[in-house]
Amino acid sequence: MSTHGTSADLLAQFAVSPKRRRKDRIARATILAATLIALVPLALIIYYLLSKGLSSWSWSFFTTDPTGNTFFKNSSIGGIQSAILGTIEMVALASLISIPIGIGVAIWLVEYGRASWFAQVVRFFVDVLTGVPSIIFGLFVYIALIIGTGSTYAAYKGSIALSLLMLPIVIRSAEVILLLVPHALRESALALGAPRWRVIFSIVLPTALPGMVTGMLLAVARAAGETAPLLFTAAYTMKTNFNLSQFMNSLPVQIYNDVTSPTAAVVERAWGAALTLVVMILILNLIARLISRRSRLA
Amino acid sequence: MEAASIPGGDRATLARSPLARLPDRALKYGLTALAALILALIVYFFIRLFGESRPAFEKEGVLGFVFGNDWNVNAEHFGALPLLVGTLITSALALLIGVPVAVACAIYATEMCPVRLRAPLTALVELLAAVPSVVYGLWGIFFLAPKLQPAEQWVADRLSFIPFIGGGMVTIPNYFIAGLVLAIMILPIVSAISREVMTTVPSDHKEAALALGATRWEMIRIAVMPYCRSGIVGGAMLGLGRAIGEAIAVTILIGDAPQLSGHLFSQGYSLAAAIANEFGEAQGLHRSALFAAGLVLFVLTLLVNGFARLLVVRAARGKRQAPPVEQGGAGGLLADAAAGA
Repeated sequence: MSTHGTSADLLAQFAVSPKRRRKDRIARATILAATLIALVPLALIIYYLLSKGLSSWSWSFFTTDPTGNTFFKNSSIGGIQSAILGTIEMVALASLISIPIGIGVAIWLVEYGRASWFAQVVRFFVDVLTGVPSIIFGLFVYIALIIGTGSTYAAYKGSIALSLLMLPIVIRSAEVILLLVPHALRESALALGAPRWRVIFSIVLPTALPGMVTGMLLAVARAAGETAPLLFTAAYTMKTNFNLSQFMNSLPVQIYNDVTSPTAAVVERAWGAALTLVVMILILNLIARLISRRSRLA
Repeated sequence: MEAASIPGGDRATLARSPLARLPDRALKYGLTALAALILALIVYFFIRLFGESRPAFEKEGVLGFVFGNDWNVNAEHFGALPLLVGTLITSALALLIGVPVAVACAIYATEMCPVRLRAPLTALVELLAAVPSVVYGLWGIFFLAPKLQPAEQWVADRLSFIPFIGGGMVTIPNYFIAGLVLAIMILPIVSAISREVMTTVPSDHKEAALALGATRWEMIRIAVMPYCRSGIVGGAMLGLGRAIGEAIAVTILIGDAPQLSGHLFSQGYSLAAAIANEFGEAQGLHRSALFAAGLVLFVLTLLVNGFARLLVVRAARGKRQAPPVEQGGAGGLLADAAAGA
């Protein structure tokens, strides 16, 4: 390199060759294109849900049960009242089961189990649960509560299947939040002479609760959209039902049944029900996001 | 001992009475029992699942069941090969299509996108995870499949010289559509984990690459990708686990035809789809065969997920050793992303 080299020479010497520059440009364009491609299905799904679903929304759509009457023209096929109420009832019961148990296990993992071998085994099994396909949970509950007791489908059995599905999500998210509770808080309470259970119930849980709500809501949203665990645990019925020991309808199962129908009007109802379900789940997700933004932990 | 250092007397006055210690003990053992219950539950389910599927395994033999190419309910022949192959084809397709797109999304969000766009972009991709699988099935069968059928037919005609892809009639529900929709479904989780891993790449590495004159793409290739490889593979495997286990969307989109079809654009079946589709009216040996299919599915997902977790955990651990600033968090966050998405 000559000592008299101008800055232009230097630039030319160190500049990126056209070939490398082209490669860079192509690679970046490809990445951008792939990112846009990823957003296409989302846009299409939202567009189709709105355009097809909104047209079937009406007051009577939400306030009538499906009639099962699809063969005769001009007869009403009914709405999705029983499906909405069924989903709410079953998911509520599933939350009542899985959230206390999930938080209990998370507390045990963080406060008692910590790094012991038994805690590691529990963590491993919780991870295993996370990966189990949702339809297998349906089979589990079928084996335990339908073959096992010799009875038939019931809404509470569907709830148990859903709660199994929610459990690992609740445990994992609660554990992450509980770990974030500062140790100094626990130690100060213990130093003041509080017993462990009071430390847990008056210090650790109240501090962690707002953060844990996010994980719980996400678990609820996940459960609300599941079809497979309900197919052969809560089954399908058309009537609105408040008795959790009988068959119960739900939005996902209703949609699944309607998809296979040859009648156009029934498929329309499936779109309306799908839009309803997605809106319910999105609201849950939105609340979860807002809460997690507010919470000081997480 | 110098117990005298406690002001106001001996230890006994400060110690809690046995009665006051009771709730503590109860809580501790109660919670331990709860944790043990989960283990017991999984083991119990596994054993019962095996028990219920025994009749099918006894009739066909384990290998005969898994690799027998004959799923005939009326003749009570249950060879699950068509189901297994359908599961493998659709989930392989999902990986082939979904993972590159998901990784590109993650790269764009962490390395290329303006900071202000990052959060909305992430939220949008995550929205895909909020759509229930039955809605994917509904959308796929009434919108995507009919719209893509001409294109698929065109490809099948042009590539008719390639076995398994070309030739033959393209049906509306088929392996390809099922795989494509599965790819969309696994996109959020693979992308979330890849992004999580990419944010842990030390900026020293990236800056060093740039300072040496690397273009942005070269920086991504030499600094980011090698650092993230095992994490991304782990995320892809978690996505694979999802794809293998997906029942409802696949049963709607694959056509539920219980035989091995000659090519990619024809109807097929998968393990999970068969259970979702047939279990409701199954009796006796048929039901047992479906339990057996469930067991095969369960074992398959266990293997895939176990391997995936190993990779993700190893990736997180590697990270924790590298930058001391990152202590804690990484493993938990990864696991959280894996669980939450």
